Amino acid sequence: MERTTLDLWVGAFVVGGLIALTILAFKVGNLGGYDGSETYSVSAEFDNIGGLKVKAPIKSSGVVVGRVADIQFDNGKFRARVEMRIGKQFQFPKDTSASILTSGLLGEQYIGLEAGGDEVNLKNGDKFKLTQSAMVLEQLIGQFLFSKASEDGDKKKSNGGDSKAVAQ
Amino acid sequence: MSAENLVEISDLNFTYDKRPILKGINMRIPRGKIVAIMGLSGCGKTTTLRLIGGALKATTGSIKVAGQEMSDLDQDGLYRMRRKMGMLFQFGALFTDLSVYENVAFQMREHTDLPESMVRDLVMMKLHAVGLVGAHNLMPSELSGGMARRVALARAISLDPMLIMYDEPFAGLDPISLSVIGNLLRRLNDALGATTVLVTHDIQESLKIVDYIYFMSDGVVVAEGTADEIKASNLPFVHQFVWGEIDGPMTFHYPGAPYRKDLMLEAS
Amino acid sequence: MPHRKIGFGLRSVGHTMIDGIWRLGYASRFFFVTLISSGASFRRIHLTIREIYFSGVMSLIIIIVSGLFVGMVLGLQGYETLQKYGSESALGSLVALSLVRELGPVLAALLFASRAGSAITAEIGLMKATEQISAMEMMAVDPIARVVAPRFWAGVISMPLLAAMFSAIGVFGGYLVGVVLIGVDEGSFWSQMQAAVDFRQDIVNGVIKSVVFGVAVTAIALFEGYDAPPTAEGVSHATTRTVVTSALAVLALDFILTAFMFRGV
Repeated sequence: MERTTLDLWVGAFVVGGLIALTILAFKVGNLGGYDGSETYSVSAEFDNIGGLKVKAPIKSSGVVVGRVADIQFDNGKFRARVEMRIGKQFQFPKDTSASILTSGLLGEQYIGLEAGGDEVNLKNGDKFKLTQSAMVLEQLIGQFLFSKASEDGDKKKSNGGDSKAVAQ
Repeated sequence: MSAENLVEISDLNFTYDKRPILKGINMRIPRGKIVAIMGLSGCGKTTTLRLIGGALKATTGSIKVAGQEMSDLDQDGLYRMRRKMGMLFQFGALFTDLSVYENVAFQMREHTDLPESMVRDLVMMKLHAVGLVGAHNLMPSELSGGMARRVALARAISLDPMLIMYDEPFAGLDPISLSVIGNLLRRLNDALGATTVLVTHDIQESLKIVDYIYFMSDGVVVAEGTADEIKASNLPFVHQFVWGEIDGPMTFHYPGAPYRKDLMLEAS
Repeated sequence: MPHRKIGFGLRSVGHTMIDGIWRLGYASRFFFVTLISSGASFRRIHLTIREIYFSGVMSLIIIIVSGLFVGMVLGLQGYETLQKYGSESALGSLVALSLVRELGPVLAALLFASRAGSAITAEIGLMKATEQISAMEMMAVDPIARVVAPRFWAGVISMPLLAAMFSAIGVFGGYLVGVVLIGVDEGSFWSQMQAAVDFRQDIVNGVIKSVVFGVAVTAIALFEGYDAPPTAEGVSHATTRTVVTSALAVLALDFILTAFMFRGV
């Protein structure tokens, strides 16, 4: 068996395919981001996580510092438990607060970290004490309507009996 | 079972789609001889060849090659048996994606672990035997019909088979190529000590080279004998075939309803 | 007589159905036999490498050119639509996601079917018509192991590589139109893309898709060739059937795989 020009072509073809795959993985995809060994894990509990998904980014001051690793429902406390993996190079004080935010008006949801002032940093397996749940649009609207309605109610009360006639 | 017969066919019947093709064939093909099976197109001679090669299975009756009943063989046994057979197909059936050299080397590469230098020597020997050493780099599409047939011949004998089968080796050849192939066939058979079965309807060429002839017509053997016996035969069918006469027991028309009836000249 | 005609029609429908099921069974057995006769394709790897050349390398030009143009069209159309909502920075993720998830595997498979699949069918059909397959059997060589299996594995290996090249070139085409020609911000083009495209979720799934398509297209092409009547007409029909059947199979499989992979994410 000898080496032929055909082998050269096939070799170039395979290398080309693998290069394309590598480009897809690193340049197009996010494989270059974080590798599992360089992170530490921190968890947080939320009353409502809204539309947060696994792999959603964790940002601090707008910079991506980690990703959501796991989302569970704690059946004892009836709260959502979110597991986060944060890059080793990003260290946060113990009293950092985590809140679920939305990028833009209709964008994806992410976790925003706001650093506190504690001198001790968070370690692997720690928990965020201060959390703020997602804003759910329906609740916001509901609250808004409710407050509007109660305002109206106050007004009506002060106006006397007309409103009753209108209501009927 | 006598030792001098390489192939023995007894009471062979073969039916294809309920249509009987062979009806009670008996043949003996002795070792070292060239035996021709002749007859008109469609008389079942190629079927007989395929049955000997094990490509088809007999409906009833027996085919023994080197004492082995062919229908008893499983796939592996059949493949082992076929390594001892060489077959030349009607138009050569060369592998069009391989060069002449690789075509001849094909079986050596598939069935043996010979080193490349040995393969090369053997291929060149076989190509020399058919006079085509100079063409070893060509592709089959670059060969003339006669050359392709010779390459196929070299391929068929590449593993020195004990039985060589030829399916219409003379079909579509010019007179010179035809004599060349005919000559080669005889020479190779004697040089290799092989046995040859030849299916053909080229009577004049075969009569020069074969030892024994079976005549088939409509699925039965109608005549047999040596070349001289056949030439001298008085059987009307053989006479018609040998001398290529139009009038005789073989009719030009395919059997069917009377022609006049088809034309509706006769009331049914 | 009308009722006789209906009976005849029914019978022909039934006949076609039974024939189809029969053929499907034969095709499945053919596929299975190909898989178990695959030893030689790896023991004698040069057989497979040779076929990778004929099906993979020979399809490169059409794959690269089509990939480039598809990417450029995506860039153009995507920009037109996105800029209406002021989110042209999402162009990168739109181009990359549509290529990696859908267009790369599917279009590459369709092109592969018409370029390499039809060639495989015609080649095997002609090998049968010229008795090369019978000759091989008479030489005690199993044509499934020697002819069919190497072509099958070559197709299965080539397909994901071709699809990956299609997607990569397509992303480049989108970049050319979006960033170089129209002037979308280069940084947000790539960063949005990288944020949106996930390695496991999108790229690996795209590769899995293209492997499945490779199996389907090559198996169909090989079977059609092997099953083709040994005549010029038979081979030409089989070639047409290869392209049509593989295209339908690829699109149907794409729907099924997409439903499994991307639903509820």
